[in-house]
Amino acid sequence: MARIMVVTSGKGGVGKTTTAAAFGMGLALRGYKTAVIDFDVGLRNLDLIMGCERRVVYDFVNVISGDANLNQALIRDKRCHQLYVLPASQTKDKEALTLEGVGRVLEAMGKDFDYILCDSPAGIEHGANMAMYYADDALVVTNPEVSSVRDSDRMLGILSSKSRRAENGDEPIREFLLLTRYNPVRVASGDMLSVEDVQEILALELLGVIPESEAVLNASNSGVPVILDETSHAGQAYADLVSRYLGEDLPHRFLDVPKKGLFGRLFKG
Amino acid sequence: MNLLGYFKNKNKKTSASVAKERLQILVAHERAARNGPSYLPQLQMELLDVVRKYVKVDQEAITVSVGQEGNQEILELNVTLPESE
Repeated sequence: MARIMVVTSGKGGVGKTTTAAAFGMGLALRGYKTAVIDFDVGLRNLDLIMGCERRVVYDFVNVISGDANLNQALIRDKRCHQLYVLPASQTKDKEALTLEGVGRVLEAMGKDFDYILCDSPAGIEHGANMAMYYADDALVVTNPEVSSVRDSDRMLGILSSKSRRAENGDEPIREFLLLTRYNPVRVASGDMLSVEDVQEILALELLGVIPESEAVLNASNSGVPVILDETSHAGQAYADLVSRYLGEDLPHRFLDVPKKGLFGRLFKG
Repeated sequence: MNLLGYFKNKNKKTSASVAKERLQILVAHERAARNGPSYLPQLQMELLDVVRKYVKVDQEAITVSVGQEGNQEILELNVTLPESE
């Protein structure tokens, strides 16, 4: 049975889709058969970040309504054959996802996959509820910024009350914190909440810290999950994240201000 | 941080520490509301109405919270009365 993880945040624009794409690719590269599902009905974007936007024929809603079967709708990644994408529908009808329908599709996929990642839309409405309902794990993506932290905390409350696990009284969803767009220089100068600050406020297990990086925009520009950019700090931080999720004990990297070289020190200013 | 920055920032609160303080208060408040019984906001509104019949108080003048002490649940009602004129 596949393990289902929701990538969520409450607030928009913090890096959910970037994370879902990178994390999915990372799991697939380690040999796990992985699917990433876009739950953002009406605002499909995962396909674009994954670089398969021109291969979308059928979508998640088509599968739920029975207009297409799973094999027709799942897009197999060309770079890593263990990775599949299930795109969101561009319909305006947000209620197209039903609890029963989503459950049916996840159940069918669960037999075949090791991991299923649910890329949640922003907000706390229907789509977000659908994405989290069946989750076993939750990756809460947060920026070191007041509104994002507050929304994440709100999300934690919803995770602990409005999920299948909560309703059945099962073991609760495992919740992990992922801090993204972290800028150590601004943290050092006191302009940005530190990892410790955010952790103290949210009281969550920290699974990763992704530094603010030009590589992220470059990766989405070209439709390549940033984890494939192995030279970039963001790519390496995502690789660490996957390792930690799979049980490796790795120290967090890229938390400190990069040391200046001799030149930097001479021409400090 | 360079030496100049060290002296400059010594007595000044950084914006990050302000953010942290604000968040800690807010999150604690919202968590309390979330974990409390669902009738709490309604109770608070109705109590406020009753108090307002007799005293002029603000929206924030009343706080209602539910706490746990041992095996007793405690409903705490806090009304701040305005200073008498």
